[in-house]
Amino acid sequence: MSSSAPAPAPEDQRSIAVRLRGIGKRFPGVIANDDVNIDVKRGTIHAIVGENGAGKSTLMKILYGVQPPDSGTIEINGEVVTLSSPADAIRAGVGMVFQHFMLADNFTVLENVVLGAEKLHGVGAAARAEIMRISDAYGLDVEPDRLVEELGVGARQRVEILKVLFRGARIIILDEPTAVLVPHEVDELFTNLRGLKEEGLSVIFISHKLDEVLSVAEEITVIRRGTTVKTVDPAGVTARQLAELMVGSELPSPSTETSTVTDEVLLSVQHLGLPSPEGRPLLNDISFDIHRGEILGIAGVEGNGQAELVEAIMGMRHGVTGSVRLSGTDLSHVSTRDRRESGIGYIPEDRQRHGLLLDSPLWENRILGHQGRPPSVKHGLIDKRGARTDTQRIIEQYDVRTPGPDVLARALSGGNQQKLIVGREMSGDPILLIASHPTRGVDVGAQAAIWDHIKDARRKGLAVLLISADLDELIGLSDRIEVILRGRLVGAFDPGDVTPEQLGSAMTGAGDPA
Amino acid sequence: MSPRATKFLLGIAAPVLALVTAFAITSLVLIAAGDPAGEVWGQILSVPETRKLTNIINNATVLYLSGLAVAIGFRMNLFNIGVDGQYRVGAFVAAVVAGEAWLPGYLNTLLAVAAAILCGAAWAGIAGLLRATRGVSEVISTIMLNFIATSLVAFFLRKAAVRVEGSNSLGTKVIPEGSRIPSFSIGSGPGTEVYGFLFVAIFAGFAFWFVLNKTRFGFDLRATGQSTTAAVANGISVKKMTILAMLISGGVAGLVGLPILFGSAYSYGSTFQSGLGFAGIAIALLGRNNPIGIAIGALLFSFLNEQSNALQILVGVSPDIVAITQGVIVLTVVISYEIVRRYGVRLEQQHVAQALASEAPPPPGGPSSAEPEEVRA
Ligand SMILES: Nc1ncnc2c1ncn2[C@@H]1O[C@H](COP(=O)(O)OP(=O)(O)OP(=O)(O)O)[C@@H](O)[C@H]1O
Ligand SMILES: [Mg+2]
Repeated sequence: MSSSAPAPAPEDQRSIAVRLRGIGKRFPGVIANDDVNIDVKRGTIHAIVGENGAGKSTLMKILYGVQPPDSGTIEINGEVVTLSSPADAIRAGVGMVFQHFMLADNFTVLENVVLGAEKLHGVGAAARAEIMRISDAYGLDVEPDRLVEELGVGARQRVEILKVLFRGARIIILDEPTAVLVPHEVDELFTNLRGLKEEGLSVIFISHKLDEVLSVAEEITVIRRGTTVKTVDPAGVTARQLAELMVGSELPSPSTETSTVTDEVLLSVQHLGLPSPEGRPLLNDISFDIHRGEILGIAGVEGNGQAELVEAIMGMRHGVTGSVRLSGTDLSHVSTRDRRESGIGYIPEDRQRHGLLLDSPLWENRILGHQGRPPSVKHGLIDKRGARTDTQRIIEQYDVRTPGPDVLARALSGGNQQKLIVGREMSGDPILLIASHPTRGVDVGAQAAIWDHIKDARRKGLAVLLISADLDELIGLSDRIEVILRGRLVGAFDPGDVTPEQLGSAMTGAGDPA
Repeated sequence: MSPRATKFLLGIAAPVLALVTAFAITSLVLIAAGDPAGEVWGQILSVPETRKLTNIINNATVLYLSGLAVAIGFRMNLFNIGVDGQYRVGAFVAAVVAGEAWLPGYLNTLLAVAAAILCGAAWAGIAGLLRATRGVSEVISTIMLNFIATSLVAFFLRKAAVRVEGSNSLGTKVIPEGSRIPSFSIGSGPGTEVYGFLFVAIFAGFAFWFVLNKTRFGFDLRATGQSTTAAVANGISVKKMTILAMLISGGVAGLVGLPILFGSAYSYGSTFQSGLGFAGIAIALLGRNNPIGIAIGALLFSFLNEQSNALQILVGVSPDIVAITQGVIVLTVVISYEIVRRYGVRLEQQHVAQALASEAPPPPGGPSSAEPEEVRA
């Protein structure tokens, strides 16, 4: 508006909600942030993009007072602030939804929202009224009395956002909010975000999905190796150019090559069912085969039974009916350990809860799930040296950005944790890979690399059960796609001639399942 | 300074800081109470004579086993408060078995030790089973089991007891001479006999380290302690591990009273030493669940106990003052480890900064050089 004024006019000053100047942050062996400068204008959606480990989450944690910066200043609404705890940040009007959700599963939505903010509106009727008011005002559509563990990721995310708004935030940070959402949920989220923006709130938004970023953000800041490279206007840039700014390489797209499907059945799942204590079964009569060298993709809106399907095949659920056979052997009644040892690699959906020991070094995480075979063991004993060497190999092959195998898993950025898990599960030549969202939270470069690894393994005969919210990934990698809806397989598609739109409508039950 | 030397110094800085703080706080208490702090420390920190040293080693042996038993549970996030009950049950049963002498000589000893391990394990196993199948907190159940153990042992002691000549205390039958575990002397004269059981304790410590760090079972146990969800997803049965960890913890707890039983008391009576299980909790905390750390903790507690015995007579201060010191140590250890850890992180960050400053910094946004040692995020 006043860009022609010689000195910044007062309004211009005041239109900046957050101004970061010269922010620096070091961790042992790593420079996470170095001279970061960002201006976030009031009433806008400001995206931050960058490679895995570029320092995005670190920067946001600094802005939310979780960790102090080593250098630099933070200005909020024109005032320099020192944020030494999230409480300070909340007082300054900053709220954050973390990359890994922080809700208490066995509490209700209301309890989760009120927890720690009881002073604002109490815990009773007033709090409920306030929750409903916010929910209606921004179209968040939450049900205060549901238990959080019953909610799908999309709904959990809305609870997280509501929690932040409940505390009076005017500046909202969302760290990779769309990683776990399917396309129509992403659209809903963006509608919510635009609503917030219109109310004059500012949103800072991190994502690896560049198309989304281009469609929703007013400004995009690119971070590379801990420092701000450039702030661009989405109108004047393409996804390809953004990717080049981030990594200096081209934007890949998944594409299937000639089919490697054989007619040897490797995994045969028959009439799998999982009753639920209240009403509708979680899994209902699911049957499919996966052949050697075949990738079967499962498409579906989160919470329609994908997690249960995977856990049933892995033997992590009680009360499963039906049968699971792996290359002829009946696994229906054996333990998770025996299933893994019969050659199943498993990339879990929730990497922090199921895939890692956060407070153990990377080499011990290499052993996790592979306790019974080399390189984890030698002569029946844990082989630290073997595990370390192999961890080093994974770090190199999968480009895990870390000083070395003795670092704690907690110190890796989200995407690098994911790369480590993928590397681990692809090791030891599994015959079946169960991959839930294998590229969730990894940057475009690493995503392409993981796809290549999976394709290579398929060429050598690996069978893959692929669950993903990313329809392009499903279509690009799979040899066959099944759609799951309310615990049933409702239709099969050939990825060669299906569009994301067709899949999308089958997933919500809107289309006519073929 | 080499990184290794720094690491070593930081490693010993924490316990030293904790001790110094604990001594300072105890001194304040002494001064506030108008007691002669200088004389008290003079007595406590004097060099122990051989007879006292023997006592220190012997008591430390007992405390060490107790600390190990607790630490096994801690490693899996299980709070076995019940070591106290488990060692009573174990020691009592061992005393009865050894006193009956169904087998000759050391076979009798072996049988009694095995019985102690089994009974300790079974007693703890009840809590493990309740936790695994019914989700009952092991803290609650082991506390209850402690009460039951105390009453049960007292009840059966009355049945099994023979009157000890020349005293009115009750005790089990005295263990025959051929089944006692011989001591060895570290000096001359009476009272310098160290329990032979010391070697069993050392072996138990080694086994603890080996099993936890070198075996698959130990890995599974530590993994479960860190994250039950990750354990389940990676093929570890949490129920099985819970029960096994409690059984092993209880089995080791069963050993706690045996050095005394086979080395000096030779029978279990109403005056058998009590409270050993609770000391084990403090020692496991102090030793950070590490076998060497627990050994140091056990020696320290035993040293303080022994050196304070004479306080009442020599300087007119109640020996209970060391209980304050011991309690404070447990707290200061936790705090000082955190302080030293943070300091270490800061040192390392400075080190990184220096390493980077000595390289030519690339222009911002310019081509980034590959750095061999540090990863630039
Ligand atoms: N607590 C920590 N201790 C040590 N190093 C850390 C810690 N937290 C982050 N790091 C390091 O700082 C760097 C930046 O991490 P950060 O989590 O900010 O990355 P990111 O940009 O959010 O990446 P991603 O897209 O993978 O989530 C990484 O190299 C990471 O290993
Ligand atoms: Mg991140």
